[in-house]
Order: sequence, then structure tokens, then C-alpha cells
Amino acid sequence: MSELDLLFQMPVLNLQLLLDGILVGSIFVLAAYGMALVWGVMNVINIAQGEFVMIGGYVAVVFGWIGIHPLFAVPAAAVILFVFGWALYRLVIFRVVDRDLFVSLLATFGLSILIQQLLNQIFTADVQAADSGFDTMLFLNGMVSVAQIKLVAFLLAAVIGGLLMLFLRVSRLGQAIRATAQNARAARILGIDTDRVYAATYGLNAALCGTAGALVAMTWVIQPFQGLAYTVRSFMIVVVAGLGNIGAVIVAGLGLGAAENFAGFLLGAEFQVAFVFSLLVVVLLWRSHRLGRKRRYLR
Amino acid sequence: MPNRNELAIFLAVAVAGIAAPLVLPGYTTQFAFLWVMVVFALTWDVLGGQMGYNSFGNVVFFGLGMYVCAVVQIAPFTDLAEYTSASGTQDIGLSHGQYYLGLAVGCSIAAVAATIVAAVLGSGILALRGHYFAICTLGLGIAAGEIAAGIDLIGAGSGMVTPLYPGGIGSRERFFYFLFLALAVVVFLTLRSVYAGRFGLAINAIRDDEDKAEAMGIRTTRYKTVAWCISAFFLGIAGGLVGNIVGFIDPTEVAFAGATFGVWMVLMAILGGKGTLWGPVLGAAVFHVTQEVFWTYLFGWQRVALGLLIVLIVVFFPQGILGWLRERYPERFGHRIEPAEGASREGA
Repeated sequence: MSELDLLFQMPVLNLQLLLDGILVGSIFVLAAYGMALVWGVMNVINIAQGEFVMIGGYVAVVFGWIGIHPLFAVPAAAVILFVFGWALYRLVIFRVVDRDLFVSLLATFGLSILIQQLLNQIFTADVQAADSGFDTMLFLNGMVSVAQIKLVAFLLAAVIGGLLMLFLRVSRLGQAIRATAQNARAARILGIDTDRVYAATYGLNAALCGTAGALVAMTWVIQPFQGLAYTVRSFMIVVVAGLGNIGAVIVAGLGLGAAENFAGFLLGAEFQVAFVFSLLVVVLLWRSHRLGRKRRYLR
Repeated sequence: MPNRNELAIFLAVAVAGIAAPLVLPGYTTQFAFLWVMVVFALTWDVLGGQMGYNSFGNVVFFGLGMYVCAVVQIAPFTDLAEYTSASGTQDIGLSHGQYYLGLAVGCSIAAVAATIVAAVLGSGILALRGHYFAICTLGLGIAAGEIAAGIDLIGAGSGMVTPLYPGGIGSRERFFYFLFLALAVVVFLTLRSVYAGRFGLAINAIRDDEDKAEAMGIRTTRYKTVAWCISAFFLGIAGGLVGNIVGFIDPTEVAFAGATFGVWMVLMAILGGKGTLWGPVLGAAVFHVTQEVFWTYLFGWQRVALGLLIVLIVVFFPQGILGWLRERYPERFGHRIEPAEGASREGA
């Protein structure tokens, strides 16, 4: 493991990897928070999550093509994806919300394949990116480099997350969403139109993913088949952090970003995706092991 | 014992199965894949339908079997690393005897390896429930493909060529056709006898209410693991054979093909009616015929149509063809037609 030695000999490399990971992790947090929202409010696990991220990314790519700075794609992707999510809810998701868990899982799985293949048909399977035209900043005599766009993405993600929390806390719709998450039946009795709340939640989730995707397209690359990795990352983060705990989601998301970056460096870039999916299996097994211990204790 | 209706269907399927490649020899490969699809749907239904555990990762066992079988076929005759790095240009020229023996041993080892992996994975993963299991298997399938694509010994991302069949062109297809037919029949009869006994009742109980089943003294994890092992065993064999009929193993497009085989398994079982014995067979037949006949007209939009089809079927037609028929004509399926019975069946 020469890479491991390298890490010990050059401590500054650790800093570089950590920084890159955390900056990328902030984007994961956005998508994960959306998934937690839909999961908590609607009790639906949205497998099409990553595909929403990819659609957002392609919005940024298209903006780049027509000559608009891709940063403007962030709000645009939010709007487009909100409408898309809302429409998807009205077409498909509302039919599966109250049904068996497996039905919603399979339905969103089908949606994810549908969107992924549509993107593949429209944009081809090539890897694409939106060029933001930002510089790279150097620190510590050029030992540590930070792409400005990553910093911008991090700050934007923080702002979007803050706005969302404010929205959920203060606005009427946000309060209705939280009430529905706590008890959908009671919310209905108190006159909340839960169907509308669900539609808004799903749209909001899609919008969050859209902004995340636009940021991904600027900081990294996008490709139609990368969506599932984002779904799995979001799922992992939510499983580790639990529902309705924004602080834990942030920590888990940033941690995942850092872990992935280190793994990509140590194992080689070709195993980075395999690492994400294997980590999912490990995380779930660890969770079930802990639950199992609790069960034995109760026994 | 099968009743008279069922016996008639058996006979009809057997006659059609044997006659098909003889009457239409040009379509032997397509017919062979029909039986592969039947195996896919039936093995998926063990967990997905009968036990209520939706697995998106059964393709792991299929791909594993494919690689294990190919390695066992090649490794005794030449250096594996050299063979894969030559990427198909090196012909090891197996004789008839060597080929058949290699295939038989390869498929056996593939089946055993897949079963062992299922047992090891299952003892951990099958403790997960519902969403967690489904998404975990989804990750597993992709992780397996990515890892296989990174291992140089088995050709990494550029894949691996399986040994050439020593006989003529036409005889190769026919040979594999009858192997797949036999495999599908064996899978069907095995599952039929397994479902009819205690085991079938136990996994159905797990589907209906796992906590209650456990409280009743059923060792749920053991049953679940065995069920997965049964799936894996047959998928391992199917993988070994499919690798040979396709002739080339690509890690993510053929072996761990989550986007095609992995999805089709789920779709076919649901289309035919999950949780029934004949449903997956019917679903596989309908799906495969539709695919072969119409999909060439879709020009690359097949996979888009596939996604759309899943959504439509899951949302509007979740009971499947057989489930729909059973609701429509309950007397044909031996259910008494009383209103209360009909209502309770709908809830189940």
C-alpha cells in the first residue's frame, strides 16, 4: 500500500483529501435531506432520488451550452425540478403513498430506470460537466489546492439548507409539512390538505436534488447512470443519521464525502463506486447488528 | 399429485418445448433465452413473491456463477491471466470431452459457490427487513459488478471470452437450448414440491407477518437463508450456462447486468403474478415474447419502455396476470365463491 505510506509521509495530503471530501459532502447533504423529508413525511423511499440529481446536473450543462453561467442554473434547476416533482406526484406517486411499502419502492425504482434511460437517450452516456470558469486557490505554499467552485458550492449548499430549515419552521406550508410528518391523520382532521402537503414535499425534495445536481455538474461530472450512487449515498446518510435530525444528516454527509475521498485515493479511483455500494451493505449490516443486540437485551 | 388440468398444461408445455427448436431452428437462441427468463422469474419469486422480500440483487448469484464456471472451464488448460489479457485471441481448442466435462464441473462449482455466498450474505442481510433489505441488495448487485470490473485476473472491465463450443454452429444452440429447458423444468418442479410442503407454508408465513411467524416458533432467519440459497443455486447454474451461450462475459452488461436481467426478473415475476407458481412462468413467457417481437421496433428506447412498464405494472396492475385471473374467476382456481372469502383474499 504505497498510497497509505504516502499519507503518513505527507500529512498535508490528508488535509487536502479531507477538505475536498467535506466540500463534496455538502452536496450529498442536500440530497440526503430531501430523502429524509420524503421518507419522514410520506413514508416513501424515493429510489429516483439520484435521477433528480442528474436532471439538475443536466440543467446546468444545458445552461452552459446556451451560454448562461451555470451558477444561474442552481435556482433554475430548483424551479424546474419542483414542477417536475409535483407533476410526478400527481401522476404516479399519489397512487402509491398509502399502499404497501414494496409498491412505492418498486414504483420509484421503475421511475429511476425510466428517467435514467431517458437522460441516456437525450444526452448520451458521455460524461459531462458544466464549466464555471472559476480558479483554483492554493494554500500552504501550493501544497493544498481548493477549487473555488467547490467552496462556492459548499456555501450555496449551506445557504439552501438554511433557507429550507427556515421555511419548514416559519411558513404555513412548512408547518403543515411538519404536522403531517408527525401524524398524517390528525393533520387531516385539523384541516390540512395532506395530499397537497405530499405533493409539495415531493416537489421540494426534487428541487433540493436539482440544486445538488447543478452543483455536482459544476464541481464534478455527471452521467446518466451515476444517479443510483446518489440515491444510495442519500439513503446511507439518512440511515446513519436517522429521520428528522438535521445536525446528524450534516455530519454524516460530510463524513461520507471525506470517507469516499480517502477510499478513492487508497483503493484507486476505479473502486470508488464499488466502495460506496459496499459501504451501504456494511452500514445496513451494522445497523441490523445493533438492533439485534437491543433485541437480545430485551429478551 | 398434479390434477388433470395441470397435467394437460405440463404436457402441452413439454411438447411445445421439445418441438420449438425443431420446428423453428432459426430461433433456437431466442427460445433458449425464454427458458432462462423462466428460471429468472421463478427464482426471483421465491423471495419476492412467496416470502415478501424484494431482492434487487439476485443477479449477483447469476454473475458469480458465470465467472466461476468460465474460470473452471479455462483454468485447467491454460494460464488464466494470460488468457484474459489476450482478450479472446487465444483459442484453447477444447475437445468434446474436455468441453462437456468442464461445463458440467463448472456449473456444479458455480452452483455451490453461489449457494455458499447466498448463505454467508443471507445470514447477515436477511436480518434486514423491508426497505432496508431491498436497497441493500440493490447496492450489492452494483458493488459486485464494479468489483468484478476491477479484477484483472478475470479480464476486469474488458470482460472475458468463454471457451468455444467444439461442435458445429447449429448444434451449439440446440445443445444449450435443451440444457436450459431441462434447467427450467427442474427449477419449476423443485419449487413446486418445496412450496407444497412445510417450507412453503413457513416462507408464506414470513411474508404475511414475520413477527408472528417468529413468535410461532418458526426459525425465520434460517428459512429465509435457505430460500435465498435455493434461488442462488439455480441462478449460479443459469449463469454458468448463459456465459457459454453468449460467449463473452462483460462484468456489468452480461454478468452483473442490473439494468437488464436484474430488472427483468422483478418485472416478469410481478407481471405474471408474484406469489404464484405459474405466474412467473407466464410473466416470463409474455415478457420475453413481447420483447423479442416488438422491441426491435423501439430503436434503443427499449430500456425507457422498460422503466415505464415497471411503473405502469406496479402502480396499476400489481396483482399480475394470474392474480387478476384469480380475482376474476375464483372458481377456476378452486376457491369457493363466497363474498367473505373474496374480500379476505383481496386483502392478502
